[in-house]
Amino acid sequence: MTDAPDANEAPATVAASRWRRALRTALHPHLRRVDVAVAVLLGLLGFAAAVQVRSTQDDGLLASARQEDLVQILDDLTSRSLRLRQEITTLTATQERLTTGSGRDEAAVAEARRRAQVLGILAGTVAARGPGVLVTVQDPTGKITPEDLLDALEEMRDAGAEAIQLEGSVDPETNTAGAGQTVRVVAATSFVDAGDRGGVEVDGTLLQPSYRFVVIGDSATIAAALAIPGGVIDHVEQAGGRAVVVRRESVLVGALRPLDRPRYARPADKAGD
Amino acid sequence: MIPAVALAIGIALGLFFEPTVPAGLQPYLPIAVVAALDAVFGAVRAQLDGIFDDRVFVVSFVSNVLIAGLVVFLGDQLGVGGQLSTGVVVVLGIRIFSNAAAIRRRIFKA
Repeated sequence: MTDAPDANEAPATVAASRWRRALRTALHPHLRRVDVAVAVLLGLLGFAAAVQVRSTQDDGLLASARQEDLVQILDDLTSRSLRLRQEITTLTATQERLTTGSGRDEAAVAEARRRAQVLGILAGTVAARGPGVLVTVQDPTGKITPEDLLDALEEMRDAGAEAIQLEGSVDPETNTAGAGQTVRVVAATSFVDAGDRGGVEVDGTLLQPSYRFVVIGDSATIAAALAIPGGVIDHVEQAGGRAVVVRRESVLVGALRPLDRPRYARPADKAGD
Repeated sequence: MIPAVALAIGIALGLFFEPTVPAGLQPYLPIAVVAALDAVFGAVRAQLDGIFDDRVFVVSFVSNVLIAGLVVFLGDQLGVGGQLSTGVVVVLGIRIFSNAAAIRRRIFKA
C-alpha cells in the first residue's frame, strides 16, 4: 500500500518525506484503480444529475415521461378537449338562444304590453284619454229609466265608442260629477232600476240625475248617432228629460274598474287540453 | 477530496455540454441518479462511521444503478414501469433519508 515505503524511513526525515509525499501526490497522484473508479463514478453521477436536471428544466415533464405516461396524458388531454368542445357547443347554443331570444323577447314584451294596454282599456283597468263627446242627460222629472241609459250606451257603442264612463249627480253649472258617482262602463256593466232611491244602480253604484256619459271615440259619428231622429236624444226628450252632446278634442275616462280574477276559468291552449 | 472534485467536475461538464439524454435512456437516468445518490449517502455515512471501503462503494454504486435500472426496465416490460419507478424512488428516498439522518447524528450529535 502507499503507506508502506514511508514506514521504513528514518524518523528524522519523516517531516521532509511527508512534504515530498504531499508534493508527489499533488503532481503525480498515486491512485489506485478503486480510487479512479470512485472518482469516475462520482463524476458520472454529477454529470448525469446535471444532465437530468437540465433536460427536466428544458423539456418539462413530457420529454422525460415514458410512453405509457404520454399515452395517458394524451388520453386525458383528448377527453378534456372533447369535454371542452362539448361545453363550447352548449355555450354557443345558449349564447345564440340568448342573443336571438333577447330581440324576440323584447318584441314579445312590447307586444304583450301593447295588448295589455288595449285590453286594459277594454276591461276598464286603465285610464284612457282621447277625442270624444260628453253626453249630459238631465232628468228633472225622474222618468229616465235604466233602459234609456242602456239604449244610449248601445248607440254609442255602435257608433264606435272605445271607452265610456258614466257619471251621476252632474252639476250643470260646474260640470262636475257627484262624489263617488262615477262608473267605468265595460262589457259586463249592468243597469239596475233604483227608482225608489231616485236614480240608477250601475255596477252596484247608485247614480242620480243628471247623468253624464264621457265617451272616447269618433266624436262626429257618436254625435250623429245620438242625434238621429227617433234616437237617444229624441227618446230622452220624449221622457221629459234633456240630452246635450258636447264634442271635445280630449276627454278623460279616468274611472277604473277593479279586475276580477276569474275563480274557475283558466287560460287554455288552443289545443284545448 | 478527489471524489468531491470529480463530482464537481462531472456537474460542470454536464452543465457545460448540455447533452441531450438519449430517448432510450430517458426513463432510467433519473432512477439511476437517485440510486447513485443512495450509494453516495451510504458511503458518506460509512466514512463517518469509519467503516468505509471504496471497493464496497464501487460495487454498491454500480449495482444500485444497475438494479434500479433493471427494475424500471422490467416494470416497463410488464406495463407497470411508472408505478415501479415510483416505488424505486420511494424506497431509495427512504434509504437516503435514513442515511442522511445517521450522518446528521454523527456530525451534529443530534
